[in-house]
Amino acid sequence: MPASETKSASAVAEIPEGSRHDLRHDLSPDAPETENYSDEAGAFGYVHSYETGSRLDGPGVRLTLFVSGCPLRCQYCHNPDTWHLKHGVRIPVEQVITRLGHFAPALRAMQGGLTISGGEVLVQTAFTGRILRAAKSLGLHTAIETSGFLGARATDEYLQQLDLVILDIKSGDPETYRRATQRDLEPTLRFAARLAAMNKPVWVRFTLVPGLTDDPANVAAVAKFVAPLKNVEVVEVLPFHQLGAFKWKALGVEYTLNDTPPASPELVARVIGQFRDAGCKAR
Amino acid sequence: MSTTITKPPPTTTDAWRGFNAGQWQRETNVRDFIVANVTSYTGDPEFLAKPTARTLAVWKCLQPSLREEIKKGVLDADETTPSSLTSHGPGYIDKDNEVIVGLQTDKPFRRAIMPVGGFRMVEAGLKSIGREVAPAVRETFTKYRKTHNEGVFDLYTSEIRACRSSHIITGLPDAYGRGRIIGDYRRVALYGVDRLVEAKQAERAELGGRWPSEEVMQLREEMADQLRALADLKTMATGYGCDISQPATNAREAVQWTYFGYLGAIKEMNGAAMSIGRVSTFLDIYIERDLKEKALTEEQAQELIDQFVIKLRIVRFLRTPEYDALFSGDPYWATESVGGMALDGRTLVTKSSFRILHTLTNLGPAPEPNLSILWSKNLPDAFKRYCIKVSTESSALQYESDDLMLPVHGDDYGIACCVSAMRLGKQMQFFGARVNLGKCLLYALNGGRDEIKGNQVGPLFRPVTGDVLEYDDVLAKFDNMMAWLAQTYVHAMNCIHYAHDRYNYERMMMALHDRDILRTMAFGIAGLSVAADSLSAIKFGKVKPIRRADGLITDFETSGDFPKFGNNDPRVDDIAVDLVKRFMGHLRKHPTYRGAVHTQSVLTITSNVVYGKATGSTPDGRRAGEPFAPGANPMHGRDSHGWLASCLSVARLPYDEAQDGISYTLSVVPQETRQGENEALTRAADALDMYFGQGGFHVNLNVLRKETLLDAMEHPDKYPQLTIRVSGYAVNFVRLTREQQLDVINRSFFHAGI
Repeated sequence: MPASETKSASAVAEIPEGSRHDLRHDLSPDAPETENYSDEAGAFGYVHSYETGSRLDGPGVRLTLFVSGCPLRCQYCHNPDTWHLKHGVRIPVEQVITRLGHFAPALRAMQGGLTISGGEVLVQTAFTGRILRAAKSLGLHTAIETSGFLGARATDEYLQQLDLVILDIKSGDPETYRRATQRDLEPTLRFAARLAAMNKPVWVRFTLVPGLTDDPANVAAVAKFVAPLKNVEVVEVLPFHQLGAFKWKALGVEYTLNDTPPASPELVARVIGQFRDAGCKAR
Repeated sequence: MSTTITKPPPTTTDAWRGFNAGQWQRETNVRDFIVANVTSYTGDPEFLAKPTARTLAVWKCLQPSLREEIKKGVLDADETTPSSLTSHGPGYIDKDNEVIVGLQTDKPFRRAIMPVGGFRMVEAGLKSIGREVAPAVRETFTKYRKTHNEGVFDLYTSEIRACRSSHIITGLPDAYGRGRIIGDYRRVALYGVDRLVEAKQAERAELGGRWPSEEVMQLREEMADQLRALADLKTMATGYGCDISQPATNAREAVQWTYFGYLGAIKEMNGAAMSIGRVSTFLDIYIERDLKEKALTEEQAQELIDQFVIKLRIVRFLRTPEYDALFSGDPYWATESVGGMALDGRTLVTKSSFRILHTLTNLGPAPEPNLSILWSKNLPDAFKRYCIKVSTESSALQYESDDLMLPVHGDDYGIACCVSAMRLGKQMQFFGARVNLGKCLLYALNGGRDEIKGNQVGPLFRPVTGDVLEYDDVLAKFDNMMAWLAQTYVHAMNCIHYAHDRYNYERMMMALHDRDILRTMAFGIAGLSVAADSLSAIKFGKVKPIRRADGLITDFETSGDFPKFGNNDPRVDDIAVDLVKRFMGHLRKHPTYRGAVHTQSVLTITSNVVYGKATGSTPDGRRAGEPFAPGANPMHGRDSHGWLASCLSVARLPYDEAQDGISYTLSVVPQETRQGENEALTRAADALDMYFGQGGFHVNLNVLRKETLLDAMEHPDKYPQLTIRVSGYAVNFVRLTREQQLDVINRSFFHAGI
């Protein structure tokens, strides 16, 4: 592990008071990793934080759970503090479910539900699967936001717990995809095809980074792939911003987009136009 | 109780033409009139009209003074004439263009003095603008006429005085008018004064047959005063060329007569909160009739409401700098309750509910009148959306749960001040500010010693010992200290309201009540989230007290993480709920003056800043002098899981144990939505439905950016009408004190997608 990342792990360990990470309340800071150990798969998981009240991450109002661990290294990642499992806090699944239960009546009243984001949700399929199952039994709408890179790990049973998949297709051109994420595009496209075959509702997200993903050909490739998929309800174009830059600095990881400007409204309009022209519903 | 009117309706007037008949014609019963005649409106706001040239002319006349007030505060005062219904001749803003007339004194922005509440208040108020009390007034009120303020201090015990000066009890109405009484001003319009006089006389005559117990004699004397007030009210109106002895015959008169009733009240009483009640739906019945008779156009209807609201925007009272520090920005809580449902399931939303909200567009945002939406899940969708749209444009509205209040108060209650519901004309409250729960906890730890001055204020109980605070030990001590505080508090309140009835009786407002009314005594607590978080820190974290040489605990070393109020976490939310119940339980043990029913509010107004200033460091990590959170709000920045978690914690607080209201302020950042405006408004309405459905009672909704507020601090001239909801009322942001501005800016701002 490089020195910079060791430093970051200890920085994460000192969670400030009143932070978003207080799911770990019930755990003594000195507790051994084996406390409350259970053999059952997914009895524990690594969680970064949770937020309530989002209106963007699925229908209605959402509780958004951010889990840690991610195989991608997107240049524009605004949650680099979720890359490693141990960036999160080890939490028993029952605790997450109890906490979710506190919010369930309110979420149901606003036709909302649970969205698990990250990090990459499919790193911890057993853990998140149990949470999703619990959410369904609480009467909540369920969604995950995923890059799809680990789509093969999601069993059909896992996907059955989901009302919506928010699929980040980060680029349409394989080379650009690799440059942006250090990974291959192919698994994501396979996962998308599988979701289409199941007719699973999908929102596609495309992060628009000037100079990185904004090439018209790159956008066109995504649009061309998505347009025929009947299960895709909408394509959301997310303009790049610098709001996550401070986290890279705090983690001591090299950030390559310091000089990249935010995506301009004109650029966003052009890209949305491209998607629409290809026959996608885009916003 | 209803009042029987002896004479049948007069046949010489057709004031009631076209109205549906009912019990309201035989007794004073405005509620029955409304239910029999209301035209519910479920449509959209498209019908609303722009302001007329006359309205704009009147409003323009006031602008120079309104701008000057931002810089100077008080512009003018009449130091020679103690105010009464008839003390000042008629005053105008722009006589030719005023459709609705009547000012508190002979000129707008000229503040009146009301020395019977307290001479020192008048003296200090005038002094702050470089004026002196006129010699004759001084002589009268220092030599011949005792004031409410003097009366209270003759009754206070040394213990109460000590609590006052240590600020564990603050804001008591012992030096000024208590307010929070709403006259049923609509009665003036519906019945005319003569009929009200007859009814009062009949009620009073009945008392002649009762043995003169203290209670009966007090009532007889009060009713004699009420009758004099009604006579004076007619005289006052005559000065403006209006004969209000008879009922209003059209919409203009209905607005005017109602306003005269309110004007009479604010001429005689400098109360902390002088609310107007629930008039818009009542007035709508007259407007509907005029529209039907083609005697009025929509423009003219809006003009009546706009001009009425202009009058409500320039109510002014002379107060002291200390008062301003507590309740900043010159508030007077001309609270108007809008909307709500009728018991029969129809909505009481009318076109005039829209019209009164539309004044915020026609005249621009303003903090007064304090427009309060009585929210029910059953309100028409179009009205819900319109309210939220107005909120996003003005941040001037507050929302209160009609679904919680209707079962308790029926369908003709109004909000006094911020969150205090009362049945109109049938109920009043003895207002009592609040005690400081955070400080009470520190007293418990220190055995009754004040953590700042070190003197013994509370009872000499055993202080905590040991190096680490133990939850059970602290809670037991806290409970004892709360019991003492509650007793002292009820004691003080009994003194205050005895003296107020005796020396500063609200004859005008009470003349517009039934004879036999329900009285509540409204207690309050501040610092709930500080106390709850402190207990949570003790229970779930580790808190070491730091003692001075003489053993006084003045600081804490808090370590470990602990749940904080405002995250929908039952471990700490249950502590907050318990504190509310516990304190209410202690209050109920002590009998009240005039048999008033104990109630409690969780409300601070802007006094959260002053309370924080007067309170040492607390175990939750709050430093000495730092502000409390306002009302029932979580502490700034500790509600760290989004608006939903924050509001659910507050929704958990039990209204049954805090029927004087639970105030919550929510600030959200305006956001671009991906769904379009209508969808965003609908979703925001769903969110309010959810909050109230989960047991929420009240919310002040602000939709603005921190950057706007920061800019307004630097350039107040650019933002003369920037309005923001604080705890229970709205203020002109630029008229807050600097530290209160900073307090507002330091609060949590959420992204909620509206």
